[in-house]
Amino acid sequence: MTERRAGGRSAERRPADRPRREVVTSPRTLAARRPRYSLTREIDEQTQLGEVYMRSLVRTQLRLGLFVCTLLGCVVGGLPLLFLLVPELREVSVLGLPLPWLLLGGLIYPLFVLGGHLYVRSAERNERDFADLVDRT
Amino acid sequence: MSSAYGVGAVVVVVLATVLIGAFGIRLSRTTSDFYVASRTVSPLWNASAIGGEYLSGASFLGVAGLILAYGADMLWLPVGWTGGYLVLLVLISAPLRRSGAYTLPDFAEARLESMAVRRVASVLVVLIGWLYLMPQFQSAGLVLRGVTGAPVWVGGLLVAVVVAVNVLSGGMRSITFVQAFQYWLKLTALALPLMFILLAWNADGRPDVAREGPPVFAEQTTVSFPTDVVVKVARATGVTASGVIDGARVDGPLTLAEGRHQVSHDAELTFPAGALVPHVENLPALTDAEWALPLQGRDHPVYATYSLILATFLGTMGLPHVLVRFYTNPDGRAARRTTLAVLALLGAFYLLPAVYGAMGRLYTPELLMTGRTDAVVLTLPSRLVGGTLGELLTALVAAGAFAAFLSTSSGLTVSVAGVIGQDILGGGVRAFRVATVLAVIAPLTLAMMARALAVADVVGLAFAVAASSFCPLLVLGIWWRRLTTTGAMAGLLTGGGLAGLAVAATIIGGPFSGWWGALLAQPAAWTVPISFLVMIVVSLATPRKVPAGVARTMVRLHTPETLNVDRGDWHPRSA
Repeated sequence: MTERRAGGRSAERRPADRPRREVVTSPRTLAARRPRYSLTREIDEQTQLGEVYMRSLVRTQLRLGLFVCTLLGCVVGGLPLLFLLVPELREVSVLGLPLPWLLLGGLIYPLFVLGGHLYVRSAERNERDFADLVDRT
Repeated sequence: MSSAYGVGAVVVVVLATVLIGAFGIRLSRTTSDFYVASRTVSPLWNASAIGGEYLSGASFLGVAGLILAYGADMLWLPVGWTGGYLVLLVLISAPLRRSGAYTLPDFAEARLESMAVRRVASVLVVLIGWLYLMPQFQSAGLVLRGVTGAPVWVGGLLVAVVVAVNVLSGGMRSITFVQAFQYWLKLTALALPLMFILLAWNADGRPDVAREGPPVFAEQTTVSFPTDVVVKVARATGVTASGVIDGARVDGPLTLAEGRHQVSHDAELTFPAGALVPHVENLPALTDAEWALPLQGRDHPVYATYSLILATFLGTMGLPHVLVRFYTNPDGRAARRTTLAVLALLGAFYLLPAVYGAMGRLYTPELLMTGRTDAVVLTLPSRLVGGTLGELLTALVAAGAFAAFLSTSSGLTVSVAGVIGQDILGGGVRAFRVATVLAVIAPLTLAMMARALAVADVVGLAFAVAASSFCPLLVLGIWWRRLTTTGAMAGLLTGGGLAGLAVAATIIGGPFSGWWGALLAQPAAWTVPISFLVMIVVSLATPRKVPAGVARTMVRLHTPETLNVDRGDWHPRSA
């Protein structure tokens, strides 16, 4: 590290020692090109590639969010429908409590927390994957 | 119920609030102090602070009252107020924190790069804030009347003055730990009396709540009326009366014939044990078995239930005093974890009001006759637990209720005053002071003029307005690049406007009956879809109005903070 830096400095001091510039007449188009920029730079400069990565992150997170919302919608929207279509369910007694009271007054809250917990885990994993992907190159 | 302990409890809570406010000035002066200080705060404390600010008089008193009056359908109210945080968690919590926005107008400006949209958002924040503050002041009046016998306007004025002084002195709001403490105080103030109530119920032989037949007075009961009411008597009953009944002064035995009766305020009626409880005109007379069933309590119950679900689940994210607390999280990841903890804390709290409502059906059915079902939480402890212990428990509940009024009102007042000062009066310390007074006076005047509505009902309307305006703005703003300035503006105006009109009609002219009544009292089921639709269609029709910096904003909203990327240089003007 130190050596290289020292070398660089000495090169600056003696510009005359630099190799002569040569004109390249035939670019090697067939050779595999290495990425010019890091992916964070692609994102910063809003290149097409950067946009593709950003869109994929947003889409993954949106898909996860909508999945949880759909599940929630089925439970929350389904319960009144269930009580409407099968009125006998409203009078079923579980553990000495009417079913609607047991569900809406108690059990639904731990379900919310569980759903939230699973969501947080997945969302953090998505972000970690994205960060790994972007930082690697 | 007048008691020295109750007065003492209210005085202690008010004094503590004022003192903490006074010392708070030294602890934190600016938003950035607040922000830096909170970096050391763990998600659990942060979540407690959100809970402490969020659980208002509507949650502390109102939910139990509505459950007592309408039964199982009202269980959706606390479910929605908790579930709203799940929707908030999965759709907006982390991006919102990453936006760096301090208020909803900040977010509108950051995402849409338009001052016009910012102004519309500001007006909506003020409207929602006032709508939320009004019932807090109203029920503070009721609680103080219950505890001390003071006229109804005193309690509201007291809360308004304490909040204004506090906000003007700059304290209270900024201290996360104070708000966090409020959560645990409210939880204790409901849970501890409930334990004694359940012990008393157990000792009473655990009577069934969902009996056949309508509610009856379990023992001889004297009912006093704080306001004029019209009651419906289902079966002729002999009572002992004093006061003005049906326009004539009565003092002694009286037979209340079947039908409607006008009872003037300050009248007292003594019912024998076993008499049917007459209901105040606007409450449904349900048998206890019907009461325990969902889809039974109100007109058009299926529509009302779905509309309530939509308003509460989607409205939570649009409340002005909730968003600002997310700013105190260090990053998006912490914002998510905080929201998860909020879900758990609110879930624990909301287990309690339902039990109060059910116990009230057994032991305080006279509230169905006075129409003051909001008082059930305050009435039950002294009814079931006698002596000094009962009075102490009542005092604890009154303290919790006042803590609820003060913490929520402070949070809302700061948010509303900040917006009025910044966006309407042009900013600066002087503007903020004027704005604070305005922020408190308007809802206080409304509270004194408007008819007394159930606190949780009015707060429900505030949720409906938030769900029809800010929910589409936040959700589409965070996830949809093609949202345009024109589209956002059109959606905010249409959704917020329609919901606002429905609310105004319900509060000023209501209650209406039939389908119109249901549509106006629970507007979310039609205003939320309309708002989303308008925002999307107008955005698609005006593709040139997509904000120039949308790509950079998306990077800012969605990339984890660990990545070193360019997030733009926008900063909220209120921070």
